[in-house]
Amino acid sequence: MAGFLLRRLVNYVVLALVATFLAFTLASATFDPIGVLQQRNPPPPAASIEAKKRDLHLDQPIPQRFVTWMGGVVQGDFGRTIADRPITDELGRRIGVSLRLFLLGITIGIGFGVLLGVVSAIRQYKFSDYFATLFSFILLSTPVFVLGTLLKMGAQGINDSIGSNVLIFVGESTPGFQGNWFEHLGDRLQHLIVPTLAIALGQIAYYSRYQRSSMLDVLGSDFLRTAQAKGLTRRKALFKHGLRTALIPMATLFAFGFGLLVVGGTFTERIFGWFGMGDWLVTGISAQDTNVTATVTLFVAVCVLFSGWLADVLYAALDPRIRVN
Amino acid sequence: MTTSELQFDTPADRVVEGPVLQVEDLHVSFPSESGRVQAVRGLSYHVSPGEVLGIVGESGSGKSVSSLAVMGLLPSSARITGSIKFQGRELIGRGDAELSKIRGRRVSMVFQDPLSALTPVYTVGDQIAEAILVHKKGSVSKQGAAKRAVELLDLVGIPNAAERAKAFPHEFSGGMRQRAVIAMAIANDPDLIIADEPTTALDVTVQAQVLQLLETAQEVTGAGIVIITHDLGVVAGFADRLMVMYAGRAVEKGKVDEIYQQPRMPYTLGLLGSIPRLDVSEKQALVPIKGQPPSLTDLPPGCPFAPRCPMVVDACHTAEPPLLDVDGSVEHAAACIRTNEIAATDAEGAEAAVEIFGAEVADEPEVAKIPREQREVVLGLDELVKEYPVTKGVVFKRRVGTVHAVSGISFDVREGETLGLVGESGCGKTTTLMEILGLHKPMGGQISVLGTNVAEVDNKRRFEIRRDMSVVFQDPMASLDPRLTIHDCIAEPMQVHGFSKDEINRRVPELMRLVGLRPEQLSRYPGEFSGGQRQRIGIARALALEPKLVVLDEPVSALDVSIQAGVINLLEELKSKLGLAYLFVAHDLSVVRHIADRVAVMYLGKIIEIGEVDSVFETPRHPYTQALLSAIPIPDPVKERQRERIILTGDLPSPANPPSGCRFRTRCFLHASLPPEKQRQCIEVEPPRERQAEDHEAACHFAQIRQVL
Repeated sequence: MAGFLLRRLVNYVVLALVATFLAFTLASATFDPIGVLQQRNPPPPAASIEAKKRDLHLDQPIPQRFVTWMGGVVQGDFGRTIADRPITDELGRRIGVSLRLFLLGITIGIGFGVLLGVVSAIRQYKFSDYFATLFSFILLSTPVFVLGTLLKMGAQGINDSIGSNVLIFVGESTPGFQGNWFEHLGDRLQHLIVPTLAIALGQIAYYSRYQRSSMLDVLGSDFLRTAQAKGLTRRKALFKHGLRTALIPMATLFAFGFGLLVVGGTFTERIFGWFGMGDWLVTGISAQDTNVTATVTLFVAVCVLFSGWLADVLYAALDPRIRVN
Repeated sequence: MTTSELQFDTPADRVVEGPVLQVEDLHVSFPSESGRVQAVRGLSYHVSPGEVLGIVGESGSGKSVSSLAVMGLLPSSARITGSIKFQGRELIGRGDAELSKIRGRRVSMVFQDPLSALTPVYTVGDQIAEAILVHKKGSVSKQGAAKRAVELLDLVGIPNAAERAKAFPHEFSGGMRQRAVIAMAIANDPDLIIADEPTTALDVTVQAQVLQLLETAQEVTGAGIVIITHDLGVVAGFADRLMVMYAGRAVEKGKVDEIYQQPRMPYTLGLLGSIPRLDVSEKQALVPIKGQPPSLTDLPPGCPFAPRCPMVVDACHTAEPPLLDVDGSVEHAAACIRTNEIAATDAEGAEAAVEIFGAEVADEPEVAKIPREQREVVLGLDELVKEYPVTKGVVFKRRVGTVHAVSGISFDVREGETLGLVGESGCGKTTTLMEILGLHKPMGGQISVLGTNVAEVDNKRRFEIRRDMSVVFQDPMASLDPRLTIHDCIAEPMQVHGFSKDEINRRVPELMRLVGLRPEQLSRYPGEFSGGQRQRIGIARALALEPKLVVLDEPVSALDVSIQAGVINLLEELKSKLGLAYLFVAHDLSVVRHIADRVAVMYLGKIIEIGEVDSVFETPRHPYTQALLSAIPIPDPVKERQRERIILTGDLPSPANPPSGCRFRTRCFLHASLPPEKQRQCIEVEPPRERQAEDHEAACHFAQIRQVL
């Protein structure tokens, strides 16, 4: 099993490289940073345009540029942004911001989504099931910017009624905040609640639908009846034998959901003013910045492939039938 | 009512006298879209300690539902009324928490499908230990329960139990899983074991093992047993009393011997008459029960069996007959107003059924009068070989082994005859069939259809050969396209072979009549037909091109017994009318004895015995054939109790690694009894197929006749 996972990991390195190369090529071929520079008013002097061209290696063919950039990446240097700031410094900060925002949201989403799905399945066609279904479909059909705005309004309402700014929904921390680490933590939490809710709600709705149907598949199964025939109560049989088996097909969803959300949360980041990876991709593209675009793509690739790997590990952990082979 | 009342913890709580289980006037109904389904309607029975009660009936007769009601395992939508008393205490109305204290401890259950009865994600040992721990938490430690689980696995005959307890269910074969389920059922020394079709999903040799194990389980625990089945053979030797169910009610009950010899209800008669018998050599007439079991949503007044009953009179439609004691019998009751008239017939059991239902034996086909050697060979197999590679690796596949699915088999099927191909699952029956149907050059050996070697034909000729050969599949539900009307289903082969529209429109109704269906139903879809009718449609489709050979892959094994008889009769009638040749693949030897002229027994990709059907069944030479035949229960309690059963040990070895020499030697009782120098011959030399008698060959170094019926 360990050997299998290791081989997978090697495959993934190659795949990540290919994905990044394609993104780099595409970005380099379509972006026109010099054109943007020339359209500035007043136009910059010709000398500095030439210098910029040299800095960006625009005189070289694209594959060579990629090799140069990749050579830096291997040594931990992701190059410089178009505004000539080192990417590496900002990368760490932005990954931190994204992870902070999404890890909590997704964990809550998975936890409550599974719970809601299981309850829905067990109480199929009862009021709670219909309610959960309605709740899920409303959330799934609400675009995240609408949900975000609604949550902001709700938070404002709560703040007004309490009379103090408890729920802060702009940025990830108060600029220039002074205090000990505990107060810092409190400040961060205040910023975290509303955006986390925006992510978690959608995730709960999404996972609960899948968990409901996978649980329904298991509910009619013979082994659940066997477990009850042994003397387990229905509830215990449902959780120990039913849910445990119904989680197996969810493993892939969990893993990939995580990988995609970390970079797919562009809207959420922008609405709440969090400068994470999703936000960076948009800024990078609008600034015609090849290095930033390629860096974010590399990060996406790593996330997705790591998710795939995680899915394999989860599967093996959950399902003994996979483990043997 | 406190929960402690149901715990039966002190010895005094164990009621020694009186029945273990007493069911009175049990009614169970479910909501459905077309109204409430009355699944069980006024059922009463009892089971005494140490007694075996058999409950027999077709699917939908309410036999499983009534047992699940005892266990308290019905869905919450079920409405249950009446009384279920276990050791004198009422169970109906108890909550799940209370019932769970008896389940698995005082009453345990063995289910039909062992493949899905175990949770795939926990080891077998853990699941058995759980059955102990859930009831004895505190008094038994985790290690103690694990140790006991290993002992139980050993008790139910799992070799190397300590090691196997750590295995997951998917690493167990079907028979082994059923053993594990039985181990669970006896883990807490219960007073009642309910076995719901415990052997239906298993091979005959494994069925014999499991039945024997249930008997052992009863001896060990002294429990009362309720065994539910649709197979009258299974319960004949095992049960003390029998209850026949139809449409949610008991229609006849009594001592096993009496019911088999003097059934007093036409339905029981029909059931007995519909089973092909392994122990009857002369052509036996099978009783088909026409029609379908009634829908349980809206039963008309009167006897629910009346629409299918050959003895029906007007009075049958006025009121449902009560279950009354039969004159002059103790404990024998039947629900029929004409019981006494049935009693007046002289014939016994199945013969009475033939008389009352008026079943007939189909004539021999014309061509059968010509001696076999002079008839045309329709299908010939010569040393057919099929192997599958076992590979490893994803990108760079490398061969690590070979599955020897079929290793050199030869037989021929001649015009107008039926060859039965039998063997356990995994013996290569289906592979052989697929090779024949594929009509491609085999990996080794030769296949010829109507004298043409299929390895030498081009695509055009292959297409032509397909006209002469057709197939009927096992599962009638899955083998018809649900989106095609019956007309289109039957017409499809003719369209493919370029028949004109007029010809097709003329022929399709003709085919419908031929298989006993009404042409008016042609515009309907397969979903509107029952299993038996669908199988008839499948047969009509197979006959559309007027083939000479029909390959039948377990054509009746998915059908209820009463329906099965009708389809078997149809196949025989068609054979005699159209002079067809059949290759009949089956695992049910009784059916094969009834329908086949010759039989070939397969074991691990080889034919180990072949010959004329009566000769093989009455004087089997190969130990495997003897074991197979002895494993099949006969629906005759007296005979069945006297029979000595050869129980094969273990499961079929893997075809990827067959034993050297004789492939059967690892499970052979004869081999085990031989002196070492003779054993060496079995290990080193593969036995050739040798002539034993007129049209009878067997592949065994030490072949000898042993009668097992």
